[in-house]
Amino acid sequence: MKVLLSGNEAIALGAWEAGIQYASAYPGTPSTEILENFARYPGIRAEWASNEKVALDNAVGAAFGGARTLAAMKHVGVNVAADSLMSVSYTGVKGALILVSADDPGCLSSQNEQDNRQYARFGKFPCIDPADSDEARRFVGIAVDVSEQFRTPVMLRTTTRLSHSKSAVEARVPDAREFKPLSPFDREDGLDRTILPEVARRRHPEIEARLNAIAEWSATEGFDCGVNRIEWGETDIGIVTSGITYQYVRELAGHKSILKLGMSYPLPLDRIREFAESVDTLIVVEELDPFIEEQIRAAGIVVAHGKDVIPICGELTLAAVRQGLYEAGLLAAPLEQPAPFEDVTVPRRPPALCPGCPHRAFFYNLRRHKRKAVLAGDIGCYSMGAMPPYEAMDMVISMGASIGMAHGFARAGGQESAIATIGDSTFFHSGMAPLASAVYNRSNIAVAILDNRITAMTGQQQNPGTGITLQGEQGHEIDIAMVCRAMGVTFVEEVNAWDVNAVNKVLRDALAHEDGPAVVVVRGACVFTPHFHLQPKMHVDLAKCVTCGSCFRVGCPAIIKSDEIYPTSGKQKAAVDPLLCTGCTVCMQVCPVQAIGPAEREGSLQEAL
Amino acid sequence: MITNLDMLFVGVGGQGVLTASDIAAQVGLDLGLDAKKSEVHGFAQRGGVVDSHVRWAPAVGSPTCEKGTVDVLMAFELLEAGRWVDWLRPGGMIVVNRQQITPMSVSIANAVYPDEAALLAALRGRASKVVVVDALPLAEEAGNTRTVNTIMLAALSTLLETDAEVWETAILRRVPQRYADVNREAFRLGRAAAG
Ligand SMILES: Cc1ncc(C[n+]2csc(CCOP(=O)(O)OP(=O)(O)O)c2C)c(N)n1
Ligand code: SF4
Repeated sequence: MKVLLSGNEAIALGAWEAGIQYASAYPGTPSTEILENFARYPGIRAEWASNEKVALDNAVGAAFGGARTLAAMKHVGVNVAADSLMSVSYTGVKGALILVSADDPGCLSSQNEQDNRQYARFGKFPCIDPADSDEARRFVGIAVDVSEQFRTPVMLRTTTRLSHSKSAVEARVPDAREFKPLSPFDREDGLDRTILPEVARRRHPEIEARLNAIAEWSATEGFDCGVNRIEWGETDIGIVTSGITYQYVRELAGHKSILKLGMSYPLPLDRIREFAESVDTLIVVEELDPFIEEQIRAAGIVVAHGKDVIPICGELTLAAVRQGLYEAGLLAAPLEQPAPFEDVTVPRRPPALCPGCPHRAFFYNLRRHKRKAVLAGDIGCYSMGAMPPYEAMDMVISMGASIGMAHGFARAGGQESAIATIGDSTFFHSGMAPLASAVYNRSNIAVAILDNRITAMTGQQQNPGTGITLQGEQGHEIDIAMVCRAMGVTFVEEVNAWDVNAVNKVLRDALAHEDGPAVVVVRGACVFTPHFHLQPKMHVDLAKCVTCGSCFRVGCPAIIKSDEIYPTSGKQKAAVDPLLCTGCTVCMQVCPVQAIGPAEREGSLQEAL
Repeated sequence: MITNLDMLFVGVGGQGVLTASDIAAQVGLDLGLDAKKSEVHGFAQRGGVVDSHVRWAPAVGSPTCEKGTVDVLMAFELLEAGRWVDWLRPGGMIVVNRQQITPMSVSIANAVYPDEAALLAALRGRASKVVVVDALPLAEEAGNTRTVNTIMLAALSTLLETDAEVWETAILRRVPQRYADVNREAFRLGRAAAG
């Protein structure tokens, strides 16, 4: 029987079947579900690490001991882990080390669309790109074999489209490999785990030789095991492709000859040359960078078309590939653009903080400080504080950057008052080091740590601040306020996230504080956690509403316009959508004429779900 | 007998669009076809736009459909039908839920929620058939507002003239046991409303 699995579910299944014993990850779209699924299989250990470098280091340690390991992260997470990644390529591993990099062409939920195949070339290790869930599952096993045979880390690269699409996988009883029993640590096993300069100098030529050997493997066994394959068709045109892009090529040009590279680095160049010689015209179709194309061209193989017809920016789609193949002369008909729908104006639907979100009262207050202070932001659900109606974030670049940017701006950016906003998970990810630096340098910035008791943006994962582990055990819960005090922060205040006036007061006090950084921990659970409880829903007394707009400025999807007009202003009065309201009372607190109050009682949102 | 079908499921986060599209893909397999589905849910906190592609064919290639070629548009929210209707092929069909969820651009800015009659008339101009379902009150009648997606699937099963039992089985396999009865009722109400 066949079942539908997402790419991420398939990677988890494949990892278990391939005997991966230990996996570590930090959440990040589109990679998150890999570990969430893997964690449910028997006999393995799976953990959330506090960031991607820690996740990779954990996996390296286990692989140094001989275990089969996997670390998973989103593409930008690899940047965080890159320091260790570059060096573990030099040392090599004993047990398999699979780094799953989940790239995000099109920036569907990311700050950039970097092409992480470049890391494979940069770090001199192989990269494997599956094209559907079935391959995702099988290729994990192949990656494990390559990793152990060549003692190299292997990147298994997925993209959002692969990770989050479901395709059919044969649901046979999994023939999980026996987990390798680990022998006691053998210091004399020939693996040089200590990357001192002299070791690195000796290892570099060996790494170059390893890369050649893997290219040779790709050209031979790589075709035997099906990681690479040629689908012969008409030979006037041959297409080289890889990963999910293969699906678009097959659908549009399945009658032509296709060389599908499941291993996108290092390339089996001689086999590609042979293929090129067997067809009249060679086209390379790949998403993002001309990664394969440039290497083929550098090898002196003539490529008729590549990035001249296939976009370099954004996610590829059937439409984009169709247009490219048309321009390359392969398809007779161009893309037919459907007439845009203009009969009715359709309003935008920007994402918003959920009704009841603990971040709302904070941003309602923070926006009032815009004139006095520069607002450095970070990455999480609270990044929506940059959008209307708050517009309370002047800069965001990467996870953990808010505190360092706030300090730098206050030191030398021309605005002495600065407030950094950072989430609980992001604080543990990469907020502690910049806070230490700010304390050490006697910075006077204010830091707001929005502790919603979860890693919310990526779908509610546990973190060191919640103390629950990925496999549901009780770990140790770290107290954020205590961490800050231990670092030497003299102003540390905790405040209830839904108390509008209290949040305002503590923010003002923090800005006035002059003896080093001031930390405000805004505490309130995300509505999707069991700690959040529905309260009686709010209701607007239309007789009292004077259409001042205060409640609209809290930016809650549950506050809508009623049909009733207030004659003096001619504006629509406010109303509450009872389907959405959670009774958090923020709108009630900001209404100057007490027009909003509770309506009825309810249970917990978790129960309702 | 359907052999190829491209469907686009759209709506607002929290409406059960993704679960419904999962079930529709499973039905494709159950009907003996290959099926794929692909969704974008990165920023889909409650309140964001959600879209999910479902494709049935003897062998599906791309997991996403192509703009202008979709056979059936499944809109779980009224104005979302307008946002996505240019994905429909000429002669395609639409199932649209009358439910309106006010976007923030309407409540905090000056955008206007489209007039229902005008929007439905415009949709009819782009499709061979438009099935309008009032799924929220039907879901309430069935006993749970979260069965909106079952009502929508019931309407789709009617439109496609496929075996109702295959759909009902796929739905019941997917929902928790204790909600089986409300979903059975929702499925019945949805079919009656669309039939
Ligand atoms: C280096 C890196 N890793 C992971 C992510 C994905 N990511 C975006 S926000 C976020 C976590 C946010 O959690 P938190 O700081 O607690 O804020 P919340 O979303 O809960 O408000 C993660 C993991 C990323 N953007 N960059
Ligand atoms: S998921 Fe949680 S933290 Fe994110 S916007 Fe919704 S309530 Fe707020």
